[in-house]
Amino acid sequence: MNESHSEPAYGLMAEFEEPEDLLSAARRTFSEGYRKIDAFSPLPIHGLAAAIGFPQTNIGVLTFIYGVIGGLTGYFLQYWVHVIDYPINIGGRPHHTGPMFIPVTFEMTILFAAVGTVISLLALNRLPQPYHPVFNAPGFERASQDRFFLCIEADDPQYDASGTRSFLQSLDPVNVAEVEP
Amino acid sequence: MSEANKRRPYTPPTPELGPGQTSYTTITEKISSVVLTPHTPWQWFLVVLIGLTGVGILQVSIAWLVYEGVGVWGLNVPVGWGFAIINFVWWIGIGHAGTLISAILLLFRQKWRTSINRSAEAMTIFAVLCAGMFPMLHTGRPWLAIYWLFPYPNSMDIWPQFRSPLIWDVFAVGTYLTVSLVFWGLGLIPDFATFRDRAKHRATKVIFAMLSMGWRGSAIHWERYEMTSLMLAGLSTPLVLSVHSVVSFDFAISIIPGWHTTIFPPYFVAGAIYAGFAMVLTLMIPLRRLYGLQDFITTRHLDNMGKVMLTAGLIVAYGYFMEQFMAWYSASQYESFMMQNRMFGPYGNYYWALIICNIIVPQLLWSRRVRHSTGWLFFVSMFINVGMWLERFIIVVVSLTRDYMPSSWDMYSPTIWDWGLYIGTIGFFLFAFFLFVRGWPLIAIHEIRSVLPRGGKH
Amino acid sequence: MTDTKLPTSQVPLVRIENAPSETAAPADKSVPGRKQLDIAQLRQRLEKQDGPSYWRSLEELSQSPEFTELLHREFPENATEWADGFSRRNFIKLMGASLAFGGLTACTIQPDEKIVPWVRAPENLIPGKPLYYASAASFGGIGTGILVESHMGRPTKVEGNPDHPSNLGSSDAVLQASILDLYDPDRAQAVTNAGHISTWGRFVQALSQHVEILRLKHGEGLRILTGAVTSPTLGRQLQTLLKALPKAGWHQYDPAHNDNAIAGSQLAFGRALDTVHDLARAKIVVSLDADFMQMGPAAVRHARDFMQRRSSAVKSGADAKSLNRLYTVEVTPSATGSVSDHRAALDSGRIEAFAAGLAQALGASMPALIRRSISETGNFEDPTGWIPALAEDLRANRGASVVMAGAQQSAEVHALAHVINNALGNVGSTVHYIDPIEVEPTDHDASLRRLVDDMNAGEVEALVILGVNPVYEAPSDVNFASALDKVDFRVQLSSHQDETSKLSHWHVPESHYLEGWSDVRSFDGTATIVQPLIQPLYNSRSAHDLLAVLGGQGGKPVLDIVKETWSNNGALGSGDFDRNWQIALHNGLVDGTRGEAQRVSLQSLSLPSEFGQPLDAEEATEVLLRPDAYLGTGRNANNGWLQETPRPITKLTWDNAALVSPITAQRLGVSNQQVLTITAAGNTLAIPAWIVPGQADGVVVVHLGYGREAAGHVGNGVGANANRIRSTGWKVAGATVAKTFDKHPLACTQDHYSMEGRHLVRHADAAHYRAHPNFAHEEAHEFPAELTLYDSYDYQAPNQGGMTIDLSACIGCNACSVACQSENNIPIVGKDEVLNAREMSWIRIDRYYTDVDDPEILHQPIPCQQCENAPCELVCPVTATSHSEEGLNDMVYNRCVGTRYCSNNCVYKVRRFNFLQYSDRETESLKLQRNPDVTVRSRGVMEKCTYCVQRINAARIDTKKSGGGAIPDGAVQTACQQACPTQAIAFGNVADPESQVSQLKATKRNYGILTELNTKPRTTYLARVNNPNPDIRS
Repeated sequence: MNESHSEPAYGLMAEFEEPEDLLSAARRTFSEGYRKIDAFSPLPIHGLAAAIGFPQTNIGVLTFIYGVIGGLTGYFLQYWVHVIDYPINIGGRPHHTGPMFIPVTFEMTILFAAVGTVISLLALNRLPQPYHPVFNAPGFERASQDRFFLCIEADDPQYDASGTRSFLQSLDPVNVAEVEP
Repeated sequence: MSEANKRRPYTPPTPELGPGQTSYTTITEKISSVVLTPHTPWQWFLVVLIGLTGVGILQVSIAWLVYEGVGVWGLNVPVGWGFAIINFVWWIGIGHAGTLISAILLLFRQKWRTSINRSAEAMTIFAVLCAGMFPMLHTGRPWLAIYWLFPYPNSMDIWPQFRSPLIWDVFAVGTYLTVSLVFWGLGLIPDFATFRDRAKHRATKVIFAMLSMGWRGSAIHWERYEMTSLMLAGLSTPLVLSVHSVVSFDFAISIIPGWHTTIFPPYFVAGAIYAGFAMVLTLMIPLRRLYGLQDFITTRHLDNMGKVMLTAGLIVAYGYFMEQFMAWYSASQYESFMMQNRMFGPYGNYYWALIICNIIVPQLLWSRRVRHSTGWLFFVSMFINVGMWLERFIIVVVSLTRDYMPSSWDMYSPTIWDWGLYIGTIGFFLFAFFLFVRGWPLIAIHEIRSVLPRGGKH
Repeated sequence: MTDTKLPTSQVPLVRIENAPSETAAPADKSVPGRKQLDIAQLRQRLEKQDGPSYWRSLEELSQSPEFTELLHREFPENATEWADGFSRRNFIKLMGASLAFGGLTACTIQPDEKIVPWVRAPENLIPGKPLYYASAASFGGIGTGILVESHMGRPTKVEGNPDHPSNLGSSDAVLQASILDLYDPDRAQAVTNAGHISTWGRFVQALSQHVEILRLKHGEGLRILTGAVTSPTLGRQLQTLLKALPKAGWHQYDPAHNDNAIAGSQLAFGRALDTVHDLARAKIVVSLDADFMQMGPAAVRHARDFMQRRSSAVKSGADAKSLNRLYTVEVTPSATGSVSDHRAALDSGRIEAFAAGLAQALGASMPALIRRSISETGNFEDPTGWIPALAEDLRANRGASVVMAGAQQSAEVHALAHVINNALGNVGSTVHYIDPIEVEPTDHDASLRRLVDDMNAGEVEALVILGVNPVYEAPSDVNFASALDKVDFRVQLSSHQDETSKLSHWHVPESHYLEGWSDVRSFDGTATIVQPLIQPLYNSRSAHDLLAVLGGQGGKPVLDIVKETWSNNGALGSGDFDRNWQIALHNGLVDGTRGEAQRVSLQSLSLPSEFGQPLDAEEATEVLLRPDAYLGTGRNANNGWLQETPRPITKLTWDNAALVSPITAQRLGVSNQQVLTITAAGNTLAIPAWIVPGQADGVVVVHLGYGREAAGHVGNGVGANANRIRSTGWKVAGATVAKTFDKHPLACTQDHYSMEGRHLVRHADAAHYRAHPNFAHEEAHEFPAELTLYDSYDYQAPNQGGMTIDLSACIGCNACSVACQSENNIPIVGKDEVLNAREMSWIRIDRYYTDVDDPEILHQPIPCQQCENAPCELVCPVTATSHSEEGLNDMVYNRCVGTRYCSNNCVYKVRRFNFLQYSDRETESLKLQRNPDVTVRSRGVMEKCTYCVQRINAARIDTKKSGGGAIPDGAVQTACQQACPTQAIAFGNVADPESQVSQLKATKRNYGILTELNTKPRTTYLARVNNPNPDIRS
């Protein structure tokens, strides 16, 4: 840890041309014991997250919970309005007409689930995030276009400036650069 | 699209992209160039001008309507709903294709969708905006309807009446618009990042930086992102089905012969997809020409959309047939009279025009030559656009003109203000869509990357 | 002399010089440049004249073109008429504008004299509680007893007077609508001289000057023109005046005159008599083109008597002994014809033949002299084929039958009716003869022609026109306008600046019957004191005022004049007059004034040879005129309610049409709305055709009362003026009919004539009904109760509103519809909106035909059915319509956002929508008319029948105050129920098995329409039962 403090850099960034290279490089890096690593690509690459040791996301569970909340809210709103708060005789129907409450209930389910999920996504990804050190990496603007990047952060226990750099070089990237904090 | 799936083996496995697109770089450049360039084709200005004229008409029509009252339309007492509701249903239907392409085809892992889904979703949003105008404006006192339809707490404990399909509409359309916007916006984030990194001018850079929320393409983010998209797709699919079902409830829940029909939900949804794809084609075919996107929107796309339309069209045809059958099978004098009246009543020729537009002409789509020729597809889709409008006219108006009490039967004739609002929304739609084309990535770049032949393996 | 002359002499001069240019512009264009007066020439003219002569101005004296021009052109400011057709917005704007100088705020106080409330009068008004006053309304000079509802001194509604023989509490559309005339913003508002606002004082001055002169000549040259006069006071005033001025003349002309009836009694009995029919005691009624249930001063009473007997008989099983039967022969379908058991459409010749043939058939039982008189003219064909059976029926019911002749039938037909009634011994039981109720029964047509001849002969110096409008109403061949030109001094008293006012020197606004004291007789002679409910809204006067001036009693209060009449009259004069007077006012009629039954003896009757010549429908076409059911002869033309009320059979509004039968239409090659030209006596009338199933072939019927040019902003230019082809009588002599290829849109409220096999109106013959009492339910299948998802709502409240409508009794007269309009502040929408099916009537009367050529005509009043499972409520997104605990389908106007979904989903289509701002919120006078208990709806709001919920609430409050519980039966009467002449509508508490409505709903005839949809309507119908003669196969 002390060393990391002494290190000014955020980490080391290796740049690759093909998604396959990035993927294999990521696997290598992980097997080397590096843990504080991240990969950047202009398109989603399946297995990349796993390769850098990120477990399956559980965002789907959240979606389900939001949906249930939405559904209950929807149905109870109608029940409360028509049965509890202000029951009126509408066309001779009973106050609690279950079948006719279904559409609103359903729409509320979807609404809550969808909006909730997206909000959670942003929250988990810490977005919006105006500044992040990786943008300092040279040529990183191509990460959103046609280049693939692998970053080993400086506060990784195994990190040491020269060793890590030579390791990254061994993955024959297009180029390796230090990332300003 | 199940139809399309079955037929796939028989069609040669053409790639999703044309020969012109070889690397991520070319894709990115091609699509970004549409937006990130000072040059704008003159056709664009022409269309936007037409659109703006429409917007003008729209504003005048709305102003006069609100000032004078809904009586400026051709409505009367048997026919309480006219153009406003027809157009509402028509626009909502058009909207459905976008969600269908982006959500359902995603679930079905239809890769070819990637090049059209972005613009299709845009179309959805603008169509739903157009549709949304009508339910408010068609009321007698819009300034009250605009908020009385929502359940807001108030001292008098007055609430909406949740048994009314109109309230269901508010919730369904509201949800639909929100979710479509969210889904669309989500898809845009990585592409905004691309623009951010390509933009030359500082201002553009900043704007797109904000829009991209600082997206940096981290693998973990992509993981969650993919999952979220999948979830939204999963939610949108039942949503899109429910929305047009709810719209059809406006009629099916009522008691009027020609409205009170159980076949309506599926038949409306099919109709929506039908109309939606027709509109997508109507827009994409000229656009493809205008921006030279033949490599992204290939004949394969056209072919598939043709197949989808054909399928939807056949479902719609089945719907028409079932209405006929039920009119006879129900042995209800009102039902059978309603059918008689549709076919041979004062509005009979509208019905036959509908049959021609929606059933006869689309049979051309059986031929591959038609499905592969933009000209033919445009021709057919135009017919379908008209046909689907006629269908709503017949359901809404013709059913009302002659219901239970012969003493109250009367005809309906729209006024210029009915037309004004309709034409106005079309103008608004064109205007909004072309603004989008100019300033937004009209094809999902990050998705199309993954269908690049080499990248497309995984 | 000069200074007395000055004020009047100034008027034309001054006004023309500084008449405001913008108003005068259109007229002034035609004025030739004014030239200087030549004084010398004037002197010569003066010298030539002998005796004291007067002139109103130097112009008149010089006979300068300006002056004559002025008389012809008249009113600069009124001269401009609205070119465009009647549009609602103009209607509203103009009504607002024309009130600009109304100054009404001070006008809603009660008159100075004490008037007596009908109910036990509270010490003082209770705010919010209306008072009812008994009075009388007069139409065509003949009165009907009324109760007037007054809110804080504001009369708002007129009902019949239950104690009054003329209507027994019911009313008709015209009576109901007459309240609107009081507040009509187009009423004349000030005395005018040559179109310029003047004062009553100046008028009195001018009039008295002339009268003074004429008095020297014993009234020579003074003529008075009135309509029919039954008012004892007015009669007395006229007679005293004529005594004072023996050479003056009194003429009467009412275009809807009863001349033929009077002439008929002259023929039959040798003296003028009025006939009073007692239909309550008549079992067999024969109508010779007499629309006795809709038209004429006794219509309401007739309808009530006949239908009371019928519905009570039908209720008690329709046994042949008590059930009455109606035979009708008529030219065009009428309310009466539509409910008759046997109906034949005949041209006028065949109707005569039928009458004579019937008399012949009954000949065996007739006095010899009559048989001789008829046999002279040989035998008559039987155009209907039912004369023998009918004669049999009549013989079987001697003394319990009536034969009535229509007012438009010839004198001979009337005479034959008298003959038959005498032969059948009906006189004394169902038929009574009384002395004419008119003060001076005259042949109106002749009287008018005499006047016009004298005018043309220059024998008339001063003409005083009281409450009539001869320039419009007079037949074309009389050409009243040009004759009027020859009269030096013309005064007209009328409510509006009408066609005649434009040609009169002085015009005096006439008071509405609610604005002044008077008295009037009703059809049976019963007299009623007319008491004012409100001070005149404008400076209007009554005929009494004017005659007082003529009689030199100017300024005498009319109340004193009326009292004077009655204090010397046995009816009130004997005993304590003031007390009798109070009672008479309170009860709304003067006891003992009913006409004495006269003994009559028939005299020999011989029929002219052309009598009863049948029309050759293949070749010939006869054109017949009829007074309009609602506009009458045009006096009501400016009444929007009546203009927009669908005519009973044709369902036309805002227009009259040339009614033709389908066959005749085919022969003429015309379709609906295609314009026909009718030419007679050099005049041509262009009028759209309308095909009426059930009209006599070869007959074209045109209704009077339309084509007014100066009725007001509502009535101007509506329809075509049939007076232009009228000559003496009701048949247009030598008319030729040609078709054009123009179209004139006609606003008909019901385009579809057939029931399309739906069981809406269920009807059967008495025989079938006796065999199958449950027939109403056998034909249509009901909704299987177990087939519903939800259990029905259980209603706890003690009052549960419900209504039944007896289709046997409904004659389709629309009294209910107009009463509803008056009670519930329902706006009118104008022709354009009616053309687009946007009429607002809360209760409409559907009319169906069973056939094209010889149709049965069925009426069905449709108010809101107040469904318990209301489809409308379920679909309202904002709960603007929901159910009350009393089972009423309520509308919450201020919650309604106007999606119109409820209207779409209403299977009965009873909901009405304010597509535009229909109710007039600007015009002051109309605000006064409104019922304060009912909201005035705004634009964009749905509305519909509420079962008069405001009346229910009032009754509930009263019940609560007196101990609570259910509202007693009969305490609530809906407006339609109260107005219905035949008592077809019953309303009450369905939760109370004893209530009248529950009793009716328990009968087998009771059925709901479209109940297979499980709407559970609270409004149900009693199936119609007719009583055709089994011996006649139709």
